[in-house]
Amino acid sequence: MDIYINGLGNISPQNTISSDNFLTDINEVNEKYMQVVQPVYKEYISPKALRRMSKIVRMGVVSAQIAMKEAGIDMPDAINTGTGMGCQADTEKFLKSMLDNNESMLNPSAFIQSTHNTIGGSIALGLGCNNYNMAYVHRTFSYESALLDSMMLIEEGQGNNILVGGFDEITEESYQIRARINLFKNSACNNLNVLNDNQPGALAGEGAVFSVVSNDKTENSYCKIKGIDMFFNPDNQEEIDTRINDFISRYNLSANDIDLVIVGKNGDKEYDVIYDNVCNAVFPESDIAIYKNLCGEFDTSSAFAVWAGSNIIKRQDIPEVMQHSKKRDGKIRNILIYNQHRNVNHSVILLSEC
Amino acid sequence: MSRKVYITGLGIVSSIGMNIEETFESLLAKKSGIKKPKHLTSVHKNDFVLGEIDISIDDLKNRLNIPENEAYSRTSMLGMLAAREAVNNAGIDNINEYKTGLLSASTVGGMDRSELYYRDFLTNDTHNKYIDIHHCGDNTEKIARDLGIKDFTSTISTACSSSINTIMFGARLIKMGILDRVIAGGVDALSKFTLNGFNTLMILDKEHCRPFDETRVGLNLGEGAGFVVIEADDIVNKSGKKPICEVSGYANANDAYHQTASSPDGNGAFMAMTNALKISGLSANDIDYVNVHGTGTNNNDLSEGIALKRLFGDNVPPFSSTKGYTGHTLGAAGAIETIFSALAIQNQVTYPNLNFKNTINDLGISPQTEVDKNSEVKHVLSNSFGFGGNNSTIILSKINNN
Repeated sequence: MDIYINGLGNISPQNTISSDNFLTDINEVNEKYMQVVQPVYKEYISPKALRRMSKIVRMGVVSAQIAMKEAGIDMPDAINTGTGMGCQADTEKFLKSMLDNNESMLNPSAFIQSTHNTIGGSIALGLGCNNYNMAYVHRTFSYESALLDSMMLIEEGQGNNILVGGFDEITEESYQIRARINLFKNSACNNLNVLNDNQPGALAGEGAVFSVVSNDKTENSYCKIKGIDMFFNPDNQEEIDTRINDFISRYNLSANDIDLVIVGKNGDKEYDVIYDNVCNAVFPESDIAIYKNLCGEFDTSSAFAVWAGSNIIKRQDIPEVMQHSKKRDGKIRNILIYNQHRNVNHSVILLSEC
Repeated sequence: MSRKVYITGLGIVSSIGMNIEETFESLLAKKSGIKKPKHLTSVHKNDFVLGEIDISIDDLKNRLNIPENEAYSRTSMLGMLAAREAVNNAGIDNINEYKTGLLSASTVGGMDRSELYYRDFLTNDTHNKYIDIHHCGDNTEKIARDLGIKDFTSTISTACSSSINTIMFGARLIKMGILDRVIAGGVDALSKFTLNGFNTLMILDKEHCRPFDETRVGLNLGEGAGFVVIEADDIVNKSGKKPICEVSGYANANDAYHQTASSPDGNGAFMAMTNALKISGLSANDIDYVNVHGTGTNNNDLSEGIALKRLFGDNVPPFSSTKGYTGHTLGAAGAIETIFSALAIQNQVTYPNLNFKNTINDLGISPQTEVDKNSEVKHVLSNSFGFGGNNSTIILSKINNN
């Protein structure tokens, strides 16, 4: 069964809220971590509802609204979400107030809003949507699992239009804590030069991307989403190459049919080399693009890559800022998105022209 | 799509037992695991009774043969204990003989360590090794490494309905042919974070909880882990092993009423149960026993009771909440109660709802209060509901040629 991406909403550190332009006006920052360009939320959410929402809930709810509007649907048949760290700000708020006040005089709001399914629940509440609602929370498999579940629901005949999103927020403390163990870079870094930065760790970021996936092709359809795969803890580079080759051949394609590979290079040299090895071994003839110079590293960043890949297929244009190596001139028919978290969680997503 | 999904192995740890055998004995003996906590450090520890597992973090490490200097949360170790038992119980020697996945659930992940070391995380390097075990997927990755699983791992967190959802997702992955076998369940350890969170919501009972009782005032928190091994019927038949029961139905629906409270008409619960029946091809009067979510809060039990009456009319089958045994184990509750339901079918027995005395006036239905060994148990329905309006139901069925 063919599954299409019919609407997208992206709140990111770039100017991605409007779909009029595609990465034409790039934000260059020199910071320890990248933060999203926040929309004027009151244009989307009532002031009463807005007061209760933390940043990640706002980002999620608004990007979902944008995606649904573009797809022309009012009520999704299911809502699937992925988030690695969930509601980081509210979790910190409740935890710190509990520690600072010796477990007394606590306000339940932050606790209530700290659960990982807060965003999916808030969207359902806002829409009055009683349908299937799931929240996946497994590092860089979070968004991927939500996407797989969405595709399965369509295959099973459980729905025609599924709202699926990935989101994570960065806070000063969560950045500091993870920079302490070199998951993130300790000092400021220029996002557009991130691959040449010599500090250990990745350039941290955040974002929220929702899409509407459907078995109906419409005039808004960006591309087909053919498949997705995840594998855990590979023994060696050969196993990675084999898994990726096997995945592509499942769709009767060869590596040479992949016109563009969008890789998750994030400026952590220790692990970026894995992408280079895969590209050299499996995709020597394909164009290679990067995206984390635009949004930074976060667990659900592959949702940003899906947004970018969908736009590239629809517009037949690889923005210069994403180009890593360019070898081809022809039509961009098939895009493979490949992301991995420190050689533990590897995922691939295959997009094709409609 | 004609594949059936069978449960072939069970693994559990909770305050009523460190394994299946101990747990089942406690269920039959009406022995609750809820008491004053020994291991949780909290200023409120003497104020509440909890379903705490009587084992220290050091003893857990020893039991699992984990090197002392490695960073493990209590959550991940409880999960490893239950997952190992489930795999052994299913008689699996070679985990990668078939395409095998691991799906786990948790609501707070490694919070039991983070809340102890959070200030250090911010100011010094003394507890750095615990930083990256905070996220909810950590327990899943620990278990996956322990069992040698490579093909598929993921984690679900939909508050208190989380681990029914892992079993449902696993069953769907098998029916789709994406996987042949899944170890699915969930785990949560007690933490100050959750104790204080539920305390601020004022839904904790300081005494033993009384689910479905007119005088109920709240829930008792608990901890635990439960995992089931589910396999496609074709590989079970090939192996010749005897499955425990079939996963015949499942569904998730959203109440879309309030972030924490259940709707007065039990809409989400009603839809989850109705849709699960639809998947199973059964009708409401086929259900022999319902393991209700039954937390003991005013709101849940009334809302769930109303949903039961909407679905079953005047013929509500025998039902009970087992939260009086284990407390509410949050991300583990759905899996633990699915395991109780599987044991009910395997042993043809259903369980009492502890601490029940008075029927809820607005409902007029009462749970079962004794162990019942004399009724046929062919189909069992189990509910788990959570914050965010997340409602899930699973239906287990006796296998005919058993």
